[in-house]
Amino acid sequence: HRTMASNVWRSMVRKCRLSRVVFSLQLQTVTLIPGDGIGPEISVAVMKIFESAKVPIQWEERNVTAIQGPGGRWMIPPDCKESMDRTLIGLKGPLKTPIAAGHPSMNLLLRKTFDLYANVRPCVSIEGYKTPYTDVDLVTIRENTEGEYSGIEHIIVDGVVQSIKLITEDASRRIAEYAFEYARNNQRNSVTAVHKANIMRMSDGLFLRKCREVAENFKDVKFTEMYLDTVCLNMVQDPTQFDVLVMPNLYGDILSDLCAGLIGGLGVTPSGNIGANGVAIFESVHGTAPDIAGLDMANPTALLLSAVMMLRHMGMHDYGKKIETACFDTIRDKKVLTGDLGGKSKCSEFTEEICRRVRDMD
Amino acid sequence: HHRSSHSHVTHHTQHALFTPLEHNHSLICFRCSLVTLTEKCPPPAKYGGRHTVTLIPGDGIGPELLNHVKELFRFSCVPVDFEVVNVSSATEDDINNAITAIRRNGVALKGNIETLHTLPASHKSRNNLLRTSLDLYANVMHCKSLPGVQTRHNNIDIMIIRENTEGEYSSLEHESVSGVVECLKIITRTNSLRIAEYAFKLAREKGRKRVTAVHKANIMKLGDGLFLQCCREVAAGYPDIAFDAMIVDNTTMQLVSKPQQFDVMVMPNLYGNVVSNVCAGLVGGPGLVPGANYGRDYAVFETATRNTGKSIADRNIANPTAMLLASCMMLDHLKLHDYATMIRNAVLTTMNETQVSQVLSPHCTLVTMRNTLTCSVLSPDLPSTLT
Repeated sequence: HRTMASNVWRSMVRKCRLSRVVFSLQLQTVTLIPGDGIGPEISVAVMKIFESAKVPIQWEERNVTAIQGPGGRWMIPPDCKESMDRTLIGLKGPLKTPIAAGHPSMNLLLRKTFDLYANVRPCVSIEGYKTPYTDVDLVTIRENTEGEYSGIEHIIVDGVVQSIKLITEDASRRIAEYAFEYARNNQRNSVTAVHKANIMRMSDGLFLRKCREVAENFKDVKFTEMYLDTVCLNMVQDPTQFDVLVMPNLYGDILSDLCAGLIGGLGVTPSGNIGANGVAIFESVHGTAPDIAGLDMANPTALLLSAVMMLRHMGMHDYGKKIETACFDTIRDKKVLTGDLGGKSKCSEFTEEICRRVRDMD
Repeated sequence: HHRSSHSHVTHHTQHALFTPLEHNHSLICFRCSLVTLTEKCPPPAKYGGRHTVTLIPGDGIGPELLNHVKELFRFSCVPVDFEVVNVSSATEDDINNAITAIRRNGVALKGNIETLHTLPASHKSRNNLLRTSLDLYANVMHCKSLPGVQTRHNNIDIMIIRENTEGEYSSLEHESVSGVVECLKIITRTNSLRIAEYAFKLAREKGRKRVTAVHKANIMKLGDGLFLQCCREVAAGYPDIAFDAMIVDNTTMQLVSKPQQFDVMVMPNLYGNVVSNVCAGLVGGPGLVPGANYGRDYAVFETATRNTGKSIADRNIANPTAMLLASCMMLDHLKLHDYATMIRNAVLTTMNETQVSQVLSPHCTLVTMRNTLTCSVLSPDLPSTLT
């Protein structure tokens, strides 16, 4: 599992046009967005662990709150944008998305600003954290900019609402190309396109057509297509039959969370977002958990594993390996675990345990 | 033929096959008041004491599954005649004939009709067309763990009520600019109130404690926001039933880790598709769960996950349980409760006691069911041709 994970991000290094990012022994700057709720606590945990591993990274903290720019358009604060454009690497904690607040979701805004078109979530069973599903090893690649999350809704007449799902040729082709390249670079055998073209003939039909076209250029990777409901049905019965899944936004959202549930939940699932111009933002995908915010009960594993992916993306494989091993060993040991993992320890204790293991490795 | 079979049926009921007539009668009346959620009485397609039901074989495994149903009904002397309407994917006429037949008979049992992508986009899904033309607004699915089936999770008992006519399945799409396709998802207040009302009424009648609305209102604020609001309004009128809401991605995650927490779930069309398939997978697969589509005037019964099953068609390996249980639901709808119970018990006994695996030939399954049915048939006057 660990070699798989490191291969995942080693090839992302090869893929990404990283000419602007300098890989040297000097300090690398990473934009850190702590987020809301438990965000700040887990960010502190990650920073502590990185410190004890002596990772040559300096953090540039930025906050993301929706502000209205000129013309009434909602946007992220300019200092955050400037930082990310410069560093090209970001680590993000959970952001609040209130229902009916008048402004679009913050996560959505970030994606639009940096054109983060691919959300990659490798779901690999964690040894030591038992779930009813074992041997899960799949990757969900979700189109992240359009689809059902276009945010375009209208009230046609009182009591009738219309939401628009947008599918474009370019976005579909781009995500399909990314999925196949990812599969090729990571020695994955097959790519499955998930769709509902029997009902949404034109929109999912277009997505499917683009996937088929791109598949022609990647004959070494097997291409299959499957209905969303069939995927859901088979996923909960036998997840080992799936390899790489590529799909539009909404299905991706649902399926990636479903797969996260198979390996143990959002508290242990890493995630990465790839942008069109070299920007990559790694994030923990769980919510802000306002009920346990500030109580030192949060589990930093998800953010930590995402940070490990970030390290691999930046070429710092040794540091990544060290921290990941420390984390998995701690979980496997079961002595110091946070509440959601079945233990009774605090977040700070869990963090300290990982820090200790990291220091002992040196 | 009709007269002789009719007298045979009455002769049948006088024996101790079923409970004594008086108890039977009061039981049926009690069930009447419970089961009728549609405002109208059962369909009038009854001639000589026999009901007529439209049968749409569909594609893939549909025809063979429905043959099993016909065989079992024939063996059990169920007073139902099937009007078979074949629907091919090619022409519009077929589906219109089917719809007319269902309007006439009021009840249908169907297999899934395949939707070919190679045909142009103007060719809509036949199944969807059927559902929207007949306004079958509620898709009801009951997922219950069966003791004889090995699954990762136990003690699942979830009722899923899915809005069946609008939402993402509105089939309204257009290509505004070349390379950009827009697909409209429609949510209306009327339909949302209707489905929420249905869900709460069903929950109350089945003695359920909690209804969960599944949505994505944090992203689709107006659309799913409206749906959620309607659910909340209806919930206010049912103080005896707890109501909560859950976002769809969290719901799928909870379903694969702790499915026992769910009781009754209500949701718009697409999420219903996802959640019902996840639940069907959790209790043992597509071959086990029946589904029903109810409208104000019509009812159509099918397997819950609506699979065409092309890869396993005509190989005698399709599991008939889902379709058989769906036919029992149909019998309940026709108020033939005793037949429904008899067949359902036979099916469930076979599933639970004989531990039938999915690859066991349905022919063997049916023979086992017949044997179970024979045991429950006490009457010595059944003609030998039927045993």
